[in-house]
Amino acid sequence: MADTMQFDLVSPERLLTSVQAGAVQLPGADGNLTAMPDHAPLITTLRPGLVRASGPEGEAEYVVTGGFAEVSSESVSVLAERAVPREEMTQEEFSTMISEAQKKLEKTKEVFVNEPGPVDDAAKLLSDLVAMGDEMGLSAY
Amino acid sequence: MPSLKDLKNRIESVKSTRKITKAMQMVAAAKLRRAEEAAEMARPYSERFDALMRKLAASVGDSENAPRLLAGTGSDQVHLLVVMTAERGLCGGFNANIAKLARAEAEKLKAEGKTVKIITVGKKGRDALKRDFGDLFIDHVDFSEVKNVGYDDAQAVAQGVLDRFDAGEFDVAKIFFSRFENVVTQVPTMQQIIPADVDTSEEAAAPGAFYEFEPDEETILAELLPRGVATAIFSALLENGASEQGARMSAMDNATRNAGEMIDKLTIEYNRTRQAVITNELIEIISGAEAL
Repeated sequence: MADTMQFDLVSPERLLTSVQAGAVQLPGADGNLTAMPDHAPLITTLRPGLVRASGPEGEAEYVVTGGFAEVSSESVSVLAERAVPREEMTQEEFSTMISEAQKKLEKTKEVFVNEPGPVDDAAKLLSDLVAMGDEMGLSAY
Repeated sequence: MPSLKDLKNRIESVKSTRKITKAMQMVAAAKLRRAEEAAEMARPYSERFDALMRKLAASVGDSENAPRLLAGTGSDQVHLLVVMTAERGLCGGFNANIAKLARAEAEKLKAEGKTVKIITVGKKGRDALKRDFGDLFIDHVDFSEVKNVGYDDAQAVAQGVLDRFDAGEFDVAKIFFSRFENVVTQVPTMQQIIPADVDTSEEAAAPGAFYEFEPDEETILAELLPRGVATAIFSALLENGASEQGARMSAMDNATRNAGEMIDKLTIEYNRTRQAVITNELIEIISGAEAL
């Protein structure tokens, strides 16, 4: 059994990283999960959170705002909607994200007055973002 | 016969035109490099995205409750054409070629009795199609304020298209853009984005690993498809950006060369005229002296 696997993180605008990793922690839609080599093939959606990859080249963390992850036995590829290395994440940027999510929530509330589904989704997005900010020590307001 | 002064003025004016085209060429070359880089960087995402989509579509595609973005609305009566062109001209046949392809498609669909709706992205395409299809325009996206096209811009366009789809305004959507092959070749291209044109055939022939899905296939697909539209539009915009600069660069290169040729020609004419004038004056002086 190989002790590392290929880890790729791409956003629509660029390829952020492509390295060998021993374990990758993903913010899956149904909860965090860690993928290690020889993981069963899995496709999942992501919620806003941190992607944490550790491997022979050290540990790296990335902020993603959602997207998809494809896990197979020898690779993990994350297709993030927006991804930023954690070190480059600033309070300012985080605040923009929060206010965007808030706006989206407001808008969804207006559009889907009697349908809780989409409103709940938007609210969850916002609270996921806030939770991620807490974890990183960034304030949401 | 133009006078010496006229010729001199013309040479000066062509020279300054050449300066401008030369400058535009160099600017386009610099922008092209950046645009190409952006297109290059976006490629890994769209490749992986397509692969992921294929895998999912292969497992969901045949089921009855496949999302409408994948399976279509069951009709193909109303077509939406998204024509993406540049905001500026002076780039050779770039805008005209895209408009031509879109026009041909629109005429074809009309001849088949379909309803055509057009969204234009970029001013030039709008101008080119306005006369024939002005009444079919339903929206226009202005990119004149946008310097570097980002994913957010593409997403805004995609959102507009998706909203219309959800409102049942059309059944099939196609995008028109120019694919960047190299500096001298840009291929006007038509691509269907709704319903998603997923090639499941090869996947069906070689079934891959069985994936687990979290939450489940349909939820993932429902999230994936709208992003597929945005991704397709984004890569089309990037290709378009590179194509535009490439086309402008070669157009301006030609213009610079033509201006150079014209200057040479005018200079020869100027010199000839100058000599003729001198000869004339000499003849006048000599014949004047002889007459004495």
